[in-house]
Amino acid sequence: MKAAISADKAAALIPDGASVLIGGFMGVGSPHRVIEALVKRGAKSLTVIANDTAMPGRGIGKLVSVGAIRRLIASHIGLNPETQKRMIAGEIEVELSPQGTLIERIRAGGVGLGGVLTATGLGTLVEKDKAVVEVDGKPFLLEKPIRADFALIAASKADYYGNLEYSLTAQNFNLYSALAGDVVIAEPHTIVPVGVIPPDTVRTPGVLVTHLVERAF
Amino acid sequence: MDAKEVIARRVAKEMKPGMLVNLGIGLPSLVANYLPHDSGIFFQAENGVIGLGPRPPEGMEDPDLTDAGGGFVMAMPGAASLDSAMSFGLIRGGHLDMTVLGGLEVDEEGRLANWMVPGKMVPGMGGAMDLVSGARRVVVAMVHAAKGEPKIVPRCSLPLTSIRRVSLIVTEMAVIEPTEAGLVLRERGPDCSVDAILRATAARLILEAEPPEMRLN
Repeated sequence: MKAAISADKAAALIPDGASVLIGGFMGVGSPHRVIEALVKRGAKSLTVIANDTAMPGRGIGKLVSVGAIRRLIASHIGLNPETQKRMIAGEIEVELSPQGTLIERIRAGGVGLGGVLTATGLGTLVEKDKAVVEVDGKPFLLEKPIRADFALIAASKADYYGNLEYSLTAQNFNLYSALAGDVVIAEPHTIVPVGVIPPDTVRTPGVLVTHLVERAF
Repeated sequence: MDAKEVIARRVAKEMKPGMLVNLGIGLPSLVANYLPHDSGIFFQAENGVIGLGPRPPEGMEDPDLTDAGGGFVMAMPGAASLDSAMSFGLIRGGHLDMTVLGGLEVDEEGRLANWMVPGKMVPGMGGAMDLVSGARRVVVAMVHAAKGEPKIVPRCSLPLTSIRRVSLIVTEMAVIEPTEAGLVLRERGPDCSVDAILRATAARLILEAEPPEMRLN
């Protein structure tokens, strides 16, 4: 069983310069309280791997606004003009990865695969500096796996073993990020006693979760 | 009828009951407005839902249920929610019958550019590269020219989204089918002459027969 910790305590575990996978899609399904706590403690030089940077004032956008991110791997930054500004100013080094490729790279990192072969990005700017591998006469790009020091994920429900349930479109990158972080911090909306979540509805088994953050209310 | 409505109505004619369809943000998302509620078409949003419905009445939004633009939506009866790996598995794996995307340029080889304007706009490709590489049919829905500048060009000057040939281009002036031989003019827009279409198009268009006016109802 795991005792739930505060968001501040969770943020204190993450040192400046750490690489951090963060779940969420435009802020939906992001661990908002841990992000707030990282902003509050003045985190610096983070490498963030996430689908997007939401928008200014929301989710990962808050980390962008305070200059906490040094390096970013994402698929889309179009709805956050601050990310684009900081990228152009050279304050954030940005690697853009197609969304389907990015989630598979995280999955590969999390499930112990040496990479992903995909046709997505062939013949485009995404191909730059990557190997093209032919399988049965068809070309594919070799995309490398991603892992991080920490994975910060959000869930709708947890029990004190750390078993997690998700809601609707808040699943997104959370499921596989939970496999690809050395330390996994899960921020559930609510926590229920062990046994309340039926085994069939557990999407992330509690064994993957290192730290559980207190419930939202 | 304005240009966007013409385009959305014509694209809607491409859809049949039972299809799994992904509509891009912006103009493509308007297509759903011109299909009956009982169309039997399943709309996917790549952030993780099949069975996307319209925007909910005010006060009935679910913060965990949004479309790929981050806007609140409803889910239709029979909807399924997905994580990002499953969502893009459907896209890349050939399970998606059709994707409708906006475009900045399409060239004579039927190649689409729609994800960046170097030095001006670097939003990131998001899911676009996976969608164009993986969907069974790729329909580009865009206005014919941007401020008088043709968007259908001999060769894309902007970075490509994919080297795959798209299936169909629908504008307010024309329906154009990219083929191995080049771009075939299939239909004219309402009150558009072939001459007017040729004048507004920088790419070479192939005329196989007198193209009929597109049907919108």
